[in-house]
Amino acid sequence: MPKANYIRAMRDAMAEEMRRDPTVFLMGEDVRFNMYGSSGGLLEEFGEDRVLDTPASEAGFVGAAAGAAMVGMRPIVDITIAPFVYPAADQIISIIAKSRYLYGGQARVPVVLRCCMLYNGASAAQHSDRPYPMFMNVPGLKIIAPSDAYDAKGLMKAAVRDDDPVMCFEDTTVWGRSMEIPDEEYLIPIGKAAVKREGKDITIFAVAGAVPLAIAAADKLAGEGIDAEVIDPRTLKPLDTAAILASVAKTGRLVVVDPAHRTCSVASEVSAIVAEHGFHYLKAPILRVTTPDIHIPFSPVMEKGLYPTTDRIAEAVRRSMKEDA
Amino acid sequence: MIKKNRVMPVSNQLWPEMYRRMLRIRRFEAAATTLHGRGEIPGALHTATGQEGEIVGACMALTTEDYMIGNHRSHGHPIGKGARLGPLMAELMGRATGVNRGKGGSMHLADFSVGSLGETSILGSGLPVATGAALGAKMLKNGRVSLCFFGDGASSEGAVHEAMNIASVWKLPVIFLCEHNGYAITTPAKLGVSVEDVATRATGYSMPGVVVDGQDVVATYDAVAVAVQRARAGEGPSIVEAKTYRYSEHSIALPPMPYRTKEEVDSWRQRDPITMFRQRSLDEGVLRETELVAIETEVAVEVQEAVDFAKKSPLPQPDEAYEHVFIDPLTDLRT
Repeated sequence: MPKANYIRAMRDAMAEEMRRDPTVFLMGEDVRFNMYGSSGGLLEEFGEDRVLDTPASEAGFVGAAAGAAMVGMRPIVDITIAPFVYPAADQIISIIAKSRYLYGGQARVPVVLRCCMLYNGASAAQHSDRPYPMFMNVPGLKIIAPSDAYDAKGLMKAAVRDDDPVMCFEDTTVWGRSMEIPDEEYLIPIGKAAVKREGKDITIFAVAGAVPLAIAAADKLAGEGIDAEVIDPRTLKPLDTAAILASVAKTGRLVVVDPAHRTCSVASEVSAIVAEHGFHYLKAPILRVTTPDIHIPFSPVMEKGLYPTTDRIAEAVRRSMKEDA
Repeated sequence: MIKKNRVMPVSNQLWPEMYRRMLRIRRFEAAATTLHGRGEIPGALHTATGQEGEIVGACMALTTEDYMIGNHRSHGHPIGKGARLGPLMAELMGRATGVNRGKGGSMHLADFSVGSLGETSILGSGLPVATGAALGAKMLKNGRVSLCFFGDGASSEGAVHEAMNIASVWKLPVIFLCEHNGYAITTPAKLGVSVEDVATRATGYSMPGVVVDGQDVVATYDAVAVAVQRARAGEGPSIVEAKTYRYSEHSIALPPMPYRTKEEVDSWRQRDPITMFRQRSLDEGVLRETELVAIETEVAVEVQEAVDFAKKSPLPQPDEAYEHVFIDPLTDLRT
């Protein structure tokens, strides 16, 4: 099987879907010249009519994608860096998420909104956001956050084919990681988690770029006699509650790892789900490994320790294992 | 850039339908106001009484298949586009037979069957969507144009600028129809808008901008027809600004506030679009008194039937609140 990294997989997913369906098109900031690496060759293959560079008008072009979708197109919108979704928030929340509902089922808004989370790279507070939890609080949006190249390709293809709006939060900390990708076409269903490492002692639930860190922590802990299971939700909305509970039922312990800020994070939601529906499985309190509720500083010395790391995950696992209810 | 409206004779055959649609809007909103006063319509009700000329003039310059997006003051816009009255009234009353199944209400009417792609109650937010509908039309090569209504208040929103700039750069078949009624709720345009005519901003977007008397349905039709022709020819977007006035307060049941005088309201009532058009139809011999009366009788019956339909319609089941969040929710939203 050929190898591809995360952004190459994203590119291939979009290219395959654009070949399959003439209503699929890509629009976004600096996509024609492949500024962010995931649109290479698309202009050459599909032409200017289907690969649109947009003005720097996030509200304008995200809203335009909504309108195009309502009349029969299937836009993929590359908003590029995640905090650039904020100027478009009204269009995402009030138009894209709500139109089907407000209009009593008349509207179809099959838009895919892509953005990349550019954290842990000295980009400071306005460029380092991981804002998926904010949008998880908005009904009407499906949200995916792939953690590796295989999932990125399969989920992006599923997102393009989905008739509902999908936001895709791409994690740049795993962009460069390569893995084998099958030659044959495959889709990964939205709403289904994956067990990325099987184990019986403790469940580590990890989001996006935290998944490889959780796997590394689990590998390290294996040397200490701890057999950790790593669950990757892949889709953040809707969360695969059954998969989370099944794992916790098996292990009785849960560490939730989420690169987002702590309050009202995925970690908060998963903790609440397990506290509500899986309390009786738990042998120890649920622990969260997140980013604190502070802004992201520029200087790497201050920035690096703020996000989940392999060491912080391993430490949380050890703490959980010491507890015995 | 600002041109005097080019005079294009409207086929006299359209005049009866213009009169009919303006009257439908006037009487539909009068009936809705009565129902609201009786507590039969919940929530807010923003009427556009006084603005029917520009609404109908603009909508009738489009075909049924063309796209149209309204705003929070848009009961009349789907009617102008040809929507049936019953499901619209049922929507205002929150009924299961409402055009939006009771999910949208007064500020969000949509009738996709006549190209009415919805209304947004966030000022200015419909313009990017209408621009996108035009982009879709261009990509699908279906020959349709897109029309978006916004007020002088909304003209101050950033989304308006972004949409107009994109529409111009991409030469999209969209018509931005500014309903300049003088006030953003209570704030007069001179305190909120940097220009006398919003249409002058068209210069900044390299598109035509035209000011028209919005109380004149024919003049509005003519101006929009020119913009539609340009859009269909692939020459891009236009701004048409209709100077108009709302007689009622921002929302029904709000007490009158002293931001405008009674004399001002009365002076605009003297230029009522329906009264003026009726007289003109007679003066120019296009419609006879008997024909006008026949239309008036028909519309009165239609509106009464719409009210009866709405009143007889069932309320939605509370559980229907869970429908239409997604096409495929993938999960049980009730948990």
